[in-house]
Amino acid sequence: MQATTRDFSHYVKDVGAGLAHIDLAVEGVNCAGCMSKIERGLSAMPDVTLARVNLTDRRVALEWKQGALNPANFIDRLAELGYKAYPFETANAEAAENEQSRFLLRCLGVATFATMNVMMLSVPVWSGNVSDMLSEQRDFFHWLSALIALPAVAYAGQPFFRSAYRALRTGNVNMDVPITIGVLLALGMSLVETVNHAEHTYFDAAIMLLTFLLVGRYLDQSMRRRTRAVAGNLAALKAETATKFVGNGEIATVPVAAIDPGDIVLLRPGERSAVDGTVIEGRSEIDQSLITGETTYATAESGTAVYAGSLNISGTLRVRVSAASEGTLLSEITRLLDNALQARSRYIRLADRASRLYAPVVHVTALVTVLGWVLMGASWHDAIITGVAVLIITCPCALGLAIPTVQTVASGAMFKAGVLLNSGDAIERLADVDHVIFDKTGTLTLPDLEVVNAADIPEFVLGLAGQLALSSHHPAAGAVARASGAMTPLMGATEEPGQGVRGQVGGIEVRLGRSSFCGAEQLAAEHASVDPDASLVAFSFGEVKQVFLVRQALRPDACAIISELKQRNIAVEILSGDREPAVQAAARSLGVEEWRAGVTPADKITRIEELKRSGFKVMMVGDGLNDAPSLAAAHVSMSPIASAHLSQATADLVFLGKPLAPVVAAIDFARKALHLMRQNLWLAVGYNILAVPIAISGVVTPLIAAAAMSGSSMLVMLNALRARQISKGGPAWK
Amino acid sequence: MEVMVILVPLALGLGLVGLSAFLWSLKTGQYDDLEGAAWRAIADDEPAPENEPTERTT
Repeated sequence: MQATTRDFSHYVKDVGAGLAHIDLAVEGVNCAGCMSKIERGLSAMPDVTLARVNLTDRRVALEWKQGALNPANFIDRLAELGYKAYPFETANAEAAENEQSRFLLRCLGVATFATMNVMMLSVPVWSGNVSDMLSEQRDFFHWLSALIALPAVAYAGQPFFRSAYRALRTGNVNMDVPITIGVLLALGMSLVETVNHAEHTYFDAAIMLLTFLLVGRYLDQSMRRRTRAVAGNLAALKAETATKFVGNGEIATVPVAAIDPGDIVLLRPGERSAVDGTVIEGRSEIDQSLITGETTYATAESGTAVYAGSLNISGTLRVRVSAASEGTLLSEITRLLDNALQARSRYIRLADRASRLYAPVVHVTALVTVLGWVLMGASWHDAIITGVAVLIITCPCALGLAIPTVQTVASGAMFKAGVLLNSGDAIERLADVDHVIFDKTGTLTLPDLEVVNAADIPEFVLGLAGQLALSSHHPAAGAVARASGAMTPLMGATEEPGQGVRGQVGGIEVRLGRSSFCGAEQLAAEHASVDPDASLVAFSFGEVKQVFLVRQALRPDACAIISELKQRNIAVEILSGDREPAVQAAARSLGVEEWRAGVTPADKITRIEELKRSGFKVMMVGDGLNDAPSLAAAHVSMSPIASAHLSQATADLVFLGKPLAPVVAAIDFARKALHLMRQNLWLAVGYNILAVPIAISGVVTPLIAAAAMSGSSMLVMLNALRARQISKGGPAWK
Repeated sequence: MEVMVILVPLALGLGLVGLSAFLWSLKTGQYDDLEGAAWRAIADDEPAPENEPTERTT
């Protein structure tokens, strides 16, 4: 095999002044020590002008004199230092999130500045009103407050105004509508009152309300930003590259992002295809389990379509890259996915449901207050002032914080338990789940193969087979090598594509591969009749014959987690695209009664719809491309981090690592969080029940409004902190 | 009460200085890595001096 060059020029940016810039995602940076080690190690390289670690996002930014270094040098240097790194390209979604969170932080800064200064002006007015303040002085302070508050609200209120406008334009009401109305009316009334030399204005209340709400918004945003950053790093560190032909039979390893339709790539045995395309040369078997769930291999020859995620087993293939949506399988999946996504948007978030109830009640109360006072003989001016005071006091300060604060705390706790959230409202949907559907391949099982009967095999056979297996890229050979723990490959071993590996030990031939290749058909047939769903690898050493049974192992804690789910009264079901014996065996060992094999993506959706109609809240846990539509169709969905891109993007939650435990942990945290969200909403309602009569009776002063607002907000925030712990006899998933 | 003519603009001016300092620090990326910044404060020695404490964002 010829040596390949690594071409990372796709990721390098020209930042002017003869400098080039690259961002690397780095694995394992988690302390201050790593930070300075990496920075010192990289700065020591000649011509490097900037090496700065971002410990929050686990990334390194590098700048160097253009042309002086190859980015591959940095990756090698980091590998010497003990860190795995890979160039990183900020995804559009992440860039947008970053921009949004900076904007919110700017708004928050402006609002905080204005609140503090308006408060500084308000306190003298409040104390002056009860002592000897002259009305000219009061007016002066009120005008100053207006001067600060009006531009500040115009700037810092943008996130709320925009969102309220969007909602109203589509005929909906969200929490931002009453917020916008409340803030604008409070400002308008205060301005009129200032002109009329009145005693009370509410500039402080309006701007303080925005400050508290912006805190909630920013927390919400930073939670999503963190998830995106981690997910982005994991995607980068997977280091998906392809071997591309450049010119006369020369090849170069390039990142997938730099591959265009029409390019020709080389797919070696043991490599996973990173692109969609058509085979133009070569013959091999491919494992499409990540795409279809089917664990038996398919034949690939000239004209066969290959999808990203397919594993090449035996021969070398040349693949012409096609545009992503050309394949028939993919377009079918895309169509199902679109339908499912449209259906999903019908879910109404708890916060929006609350505001739908809340907005009319508040607005009617304010209106009734105005009319009531007029009927009782008050002037229109006084009546309207009281009405606006009702709107200010009920303004959903606590309500606006009730849900985002809980979401932020809960997502932080889930993050520690190995679960990343893709969408904020996933927590509420996850809490309702009473039926979980698992995909088998890659979800209940681990992606790697494992030798099942290693214990029955003599030590020397296992060792020899392992040494031989190291010379092959075949995934089953990989399993044999891992089982044996062999480190040194057998000298002079050669691989016969599609057959197996052969070598010589002491003049006697050793072979590992197909049963026909090793002359072990009879032994293989015996094993196959006992255990029909395992794949077989045969071994021969002279007259010694042996058969290895190889299959995907279940995740280590799958059994325990299934029973944990059952304990929580959650029904468990397996829907798999794999063959019946394989699914049956897995279902039996996990104690799952409900299972179906050979299911197509459309069948999965039909089953989910059927369950939904009978009132179940279904969670789909799956990883394959064929699971993407059903992930979108389910009430809530989860994917392991090793899953296909499309599934990961569709799933509401992504879990890390080998164990299945995060599934249960996520449900527990979500249930606790939903409980706290409801509790927070009731706290906010309770606060309103106390405060509204005071407002209606017309005795609310700006001081009371300010105290009530900050008091209720603090209460809700403190309550949200409880989402970090799951009670009920401790977390069983630990 | 004439002192207010000096005190009020002074107070607001100081507030504005604080706000612009905040906006400047935000713009130069000083809030991009809060975790790292916390550790840098107690790091023994700074790496090579030509590394400016600003980070170019992408």
